[in-house]
Amino acid sequence: MTTTEHQAAAVDTETRTITLRVNGRDVSRTVETRTTLADFLRDDLDLVSVHLGCEHGVCGCCTILLDGESVRSCLMLAVQARGHEIETVESLSADQNALHPIQEAFAEEQGLQCGFCTPAMVLRCKEIIEDGKARTDDEVRHEISGILCRCTGYQNIVNAVQNASRKLGGKEAGA
Amino acid sequence: MVATTTVRDSRVPGAPSPTTHDRLVVYRTTIGQAMKPPRFQYRDPDTLADAVALKARHGSDALILAGGQSLMPMLNMRLAAPSVVIDINGVTDLQQITRNGDVVEIGAGVRQSALETDPLIREALPLLARAVPHIGHIENRHRGTVGGSLAHADASAELPCTAVVSDAVVVLQGQNGRREVPASSFFDGFMTNACADDELVVAVRYPVTPAGAGTAFVEVARRNGDFALAAAGVIAEVDGDGRFTRLAVGVAGVASVPLRATDVEQELLGRPVDPATIEAAAKRVEAAVTTGDDIHATSAYRKHLAATVVSRAVLAAATDARNGGNR
Repeated sequence: MTTTEHQAAAVDTETRTITLRVNGRDVSRTVETRTTLADFLRDDLDLVSVHLGCEHGVCGCCTILLDGESVRSCLMLAVQARGHEIETVESLSADQNALHPIQEAFAEEQGLQCGFCTPAMVLRCKEIIEDGKARTDDEVRHEISGILCRCTGYQNIVNAVQNASRKLGGKEAGA
Repeated sequence: MVATTTVRDSRVPGAPSPTTHDRLVVYRTTIGQAMKPPRFQYRDPDTLADAVALKARHGSDALILAGGQSLMPMLNMRLAAPSVVIDINGVTDLQQITRNGDVVEIGAGVRQSALETDPLIREALPLLARAVPHIGHIENRHRGTVGGSLAHADASAELPCTAVVSDAVVVLQGQNGRREVPASSFFDGFMTNACADDELVVAVRYPVTPAGAGTAFVEVARRNGDFALAAAGVIAEVDGDGRFTRLAVGVAGVASVPLRATDVEQELLGRPVDPATIEAAAKRVEAAVTTGDDIHATSAYRKHLAATVVSRAVLAAATDARNGGNR
């Protein structure tokens, strides 16, 4: 298949109105069907914690929770999220001045430096604690391997996950 | 300001102030529109019949979107520019795992992550349960589908390797009905398959692994979740004297398609499970390695890895068989 621009431009702009639940609120927007979920969350809903690093599924910084499961939002179309529930890191603290216990743990352990991977790491951390997959350092390292961090060398992130796991006392992290 | 308050009220909780957002929009507009999918017509059929009809109408101008873990990067990078994208995530008929006697049929739309936890898969197809965790990362497996991986036909991918080892059959459907293609001929070249332009992959049928058979999947990759430099999947049966009575060895990442290491299988059949014997036999796979030097590994290193993963996987599967296998 050829990939020339004029061929692509031959297709008219196509839009669709979608309704989905984002961070506990139902939203309805009209989007171009080719819009990725990541761009939709950032540009239409202003959820700029969804960070775009590589936009082809390698860096993991755009990770969000789709119906409670971590997925790369750059590898989905926004239209595919219709009828689904999405959580970004903004959902963790209703009051923007208060930190969620997982976020507190990242601050205490210096589980971040530049912060680019942090929203994705925090969401993944929530998921693995809920799934009971933070039993050992090795397990945590394996479970967070889908998100690249170029600053910390990962050790402080592993420490933060273990700290958060203790704070949450094995209870569900969503409280 | 009143205007600011009005805008914020319509926002999702946690969104930043418009000032921050406006700066970001300006920044993004300045740097251009890199890494976005080209325009296409989006179609999302609810039924398999509609999906097949759409594929038949648009042929090679249409691409199937399932989990999106390979197609979406290709669209973002504009390596693919289909006129039509047919999203089959709404076709629930494709999302079933069913057992009919000695065959397990996995719908093309079944998520890879489902295979890791499905009790039927763990019991009836233990090789899949062992191989699937090697596919990318969990974030990919939550979306990635069985049919998508098979159709993408990457020679270093895990599911195509398991299909070849298991003598699985890929089920294709077009306007004129279904046909079944053995995995060994489905993968017919570098990232190509036997699916015609008016067909789509609807399921894959795996023979149930015999009681007592051992399985193993061994992979070497540079980083956790990376593409395999070499991987081997093995199903082995061992008799009371500790000799191989059945052996199927598949290798991924070393040629344009996933291979069966038939030389290794023939050499070991009837011989005792012995690490030195297995290691020597595994070297026979080196002759099948056709991947040349590339940025990831030299051809010589891939040959070495192919023999290493085959040797380890055969020994692990034999050990698994001696311990009773999957039951």
